[in-house]
Amino acid sequence: MDSAVDTRTISLTVNGKAYSKAVSVRMTLADFLRHELRLTGTHVGCEHGVCGACTILFDGMSARSCLMLAVQANGHELTTVEGLANGDEMHPLQQALSEHHGLQCGFCTPGMLTTLVELLRDNPSPSADDVRIAISGNLCRCTGYEGIISATLDAAEKMRAGGVK
Amino acid sequence: MKPPPFSYHDPATLSQAVELLATLDNAKPLAGGQSLMPMLNMRFVLPDHVVDLNGIAELSGVRITESRVEIGAMTRQREVEFSAEIAQACPILIEALHHVGHRQTRNRGTIGGSICHLDPAAELPTLACALDAVIDVIGPNGARQIAFADFPVGYMTPSIELNEIVTRVSFPLWPREAGHSFQEFARRHGDFAIVSAAAMLLVDPAGRISRATLALGGVAATPLRMHEVEAALIGQMATPETFRAAAELCRKVEAVGDVYVSASYRQHLAVVMSKRALAQSFSRCGAMQKH
Ligand code: FES
Ligand code: FES
Repeated sequence: MDSAVDTRTISLTVNGKAYSKAVSVRMTLADFLRHELRLTGTHVGCEHGVCGACTILFDGMSARSCLMLAVQANGHELTTVEGLANGDEMHPLQQALSEHHGLQCGFCTPGMLTTLVELLRDNPSPSADDVRIAISGNLCRCTGYEGIISATLDAAEKMRAGGVK
Repeated sequence: MKPPPFSYHDPATLSQAVELLATLDNAKPLAGGQSLMPMLNMRFVLPDHVVDLNGIAELSGVRITESRVEIGAMTRQREVEFSAEIAQACPILIEALHHVGHRQTRNRGTIGGSICHLDPAAELPTLACALDAVIDVIGPNGARQIAFADFPVGYMTPSIELNEIVTRVSFPLWPREAGHSFQEFARRHGDFAIVSAAAMLLVDPAGRISRATLALGGVAATPLRMHEVEAALIGQMATPETFRAAAELCRKVEAVGDVYVSASYRQHLAVVMSKRALAQSFSRCGAMQKH
């Protein structure tokens, strides 16, 4: 069970790759991904659960990585924005965001993508309102959100047509 | 904005957790982390020990009996939100959960964590207040049950000892023909309520109100049960005028004001949200429970 130590070795899978590392028990999962695994695609905006930039998929479900400890990821499977593309081929949602002006500075984009990938998996035919509610926990200072919404609807249509999951 | 130093414990069983909390000084149990983690990051809390409850399987799960829905404290809000059984038995719980944070926070956030955190504007404590929920806790002196009416002792302060853990939250069920409504006014979807109202109504075949409950969230330091409104409703014909007059009683509640929202505006919202909640509850009375 437990031992009251300040570091622990954790083993986890991130984007299909297995890692094993010693971490400080007070390190957040967001910092672990960025500083220890050098997966800096996951952004850190507020560090208290408000902006959504740090959203990752934790066992397939969206979660704010600034509100988790790295030790809590021991034995779990994570997907970050780096894991969405298939080699050089962008995820349909990434492609659509670039075509619909769904991003400008890109700071919110990793969190938008992970959140919306979950939405499209659970609801392949969302309405514009479904998309709005899905990203209500993600702040974007640039786009005004409309491009993100049209991109998501477009990607959903392409994914339905192409049978992409 | 990083958590302070602490020792980390991840018990696998409830009895291990109870023992840890009984023996460690300045220890904090960690549930879904959607409130405690921000507080750690901002160093509002400085525990020497964090006891992570996420590995304790026996604290999760939903059970529906004849008279109540029992939810393990570590059950994720998401699991309740998507439960078809709860949608049938206690649809107001699902309706309230749709206002709780966002998908990303409900995926991690727990029922017990939200009840313990007892934010006065949070939806689950308000609903627990309306439905007379019962909270099971366990500590070094054994297990006990706390009626929600006795649960808040002040602003964000539940009547549980520092070495006790909430194990279960039970919501009593109303008859199938009851109507329900959870209304909320917030600046944006997913924000904490400025004012919320949770109501349930039962109406007899003649159209008279036979049973009513109403609770307000966000108005005061703790959720408020509006017994006066309930008393004014019982025995009356369920008409818009009855609801308007009863909801008007909410204008007298002692409301808090802050830099964004004055006390009198909260009182005004209390009336409006209550009226809407009662009217919608009535419109759903007797109907097949659908959601
Ligand atoms: S950095 Fe995690 S929600 Fe803002
Ligand atoms: S693209 Fe700049 S914050 Fe969203």
